[in-house]
Amino acid sequence: MSKTDSKSIEKLTYEEAYAELEGIVSALESGEKPLEEALALFERGQLLTRHCAELLDKAELKVQKLSGETLEPFQEGE
Amino acid sequence: MEQLALFDASPRWTVTTLTRYLRQLLEEDASLQDVSVQGELSNLSRPASGHIYFTLKDAGAALRCVMWRSDAARLRVTLKDGLAVYVHGKISIYEAGGQYQLYIDTISPLGEGALYQEFLRLKALLEAEGLFDPNRKRSIPELPRRIGIVTSPSGAALRDILNTLRRRLPLPQVILAPASVQGLEAPPAIVAALRILNQVVAPDVILLARGGGSIEDLWAFNDERVVRAIFESTAPVITGVGHETDFTLADFAADLRAPTPTAAAELATSITVLDLKARLVQNAGYLADRLKSLIQLKQESGTRLDDRLRLASPLRRLQTERQRLDELSRRWNSAQVQRLAILAEKFNGLKNRLLALSPLEVLRRGYAVITKYEKVVKSVSQVQDKDALRLRVQDGEFSARVTGDG
Repeated sequence: MSKTDSKSIEKLTYEEAYAELEGIVSALESGEKPLEEALALFERGQLLTRHCAELLDKAELKVQKLSGETLEPFQEGE
Repeated sequence: MEQLALFDASPRWTVTTLTRYLRQLLEEDASLQDVSVQGELSNLSRPASGHIYFTLKDAGAALRCVMWRSDAARLRVTLKDGLAVYVHGKISIYEAGGQYQLYIDTISPLGEGALYQEFLRLKALLEAEGLFDPNRKRSIPELPRRIGIVTSPSGAALRDILNTLRRRLPLPQVILAPASVQGLEAPPAIVAALRILNQVVAPDVILLARGGGSIEDLWAFNDERVVRAIFESTAPVITGVGHETDFTLADFAADLRAPTPTAAAELATSITVLDLKARLVQNAGYLADRLKSLIQLKQESGTRLDDRLRLASPLRRLQTERQRLDELSRRWNSAQVQRLAILAEKFNGLKNRLLALSPLEVLRRGYAVITKYEKVVKSVSQVQDKDALRLRVQDGEFSARVTGDG
């Protein structure tokens, strides 16, 4: 797996979490993992799935504005 | 600060008198009462009243025009936006609207509008250069992580785009590069916004948008500099300019053309948050399925292992041994029986031989045992004439006497 293994799931972005989830699915797909490892992968997959779902539910559009070459928060109707 | 009086005691003008004064000034100028002017028609409006309203323009200015119904009835040309015309009329002021206007009595067409001619010339030039080549158009990412927007920060286009993104996919980082989208300053502003977005943010896709407006309002999107900047953009560009029927050169150069700003935001988010959730659910189910079949597989191989284990178990060996013992004893028993049978056979033979040796058997063959005074007579020397002998044959004894010489 990747270096994100050691990283706490809570800190993963949606893209990171989903990419790892895809990796887990294909690892399980190969069917060559020992059962113990497969179970651990499955559990992590479930945590990643939950994390992704939470991120989707909580997602709020964040808009920034370029001012020259720096990014600033953008308030609508400004 | 000194308090100023709000009004003179007797104001010289009212809005009406001032406007009327200006109108009279214009109407007294003979040169403005016999005006011939050339321009391009736009914002053409023909309400039910039968009067015709439009704006006549060239590259630098615009002029409001009115043609009354009585004059319009004599019109022999079909008016449409973009048409280059030669008009005649007089200048005056529409007091209620505070606007100066050209009151037209005749219109004659000049062929296609000059701006439109310029549009066609530039389009042919850029097309020949390959700027509109469909083969060079980049694909729009399915799931952008960064979306750049080039538009006016105060326009309806931005509001529509943000609402659409919020509704469909509120995940990506959204970066607005503000740019004026109308007027002479618009083309360089759009070019700069595209450049800085690519350099500083490197978005996955850029939306270049502007809400609906007249042809001249959208003219910045026909500017050669803007078209080239779209062509040179690192990130793919989706244009959403004006309304469905408006096509600009920017649209031709874009990687994807959307009919409106809202549609541009939709095309940038082909996968929505609902799609992602459905995918997750599907994935979770798939994950569980994979695990289940994996466990099944392991169980099956476990069963096979179990079989092998049982085969190798000492219990199994004991059983085997026992079975071998049984077998052995069975075989041993049968061997015994066989041996006994042989023995019996041998015994029988022996018995027969014994029987054959028995004197009784000899007697059965016709021999007789002769005894004299209980002694078996085996020789002639044992008997004399007249001796009484006992003879035993197979079924009994009798006495006999010797008669003759010995």
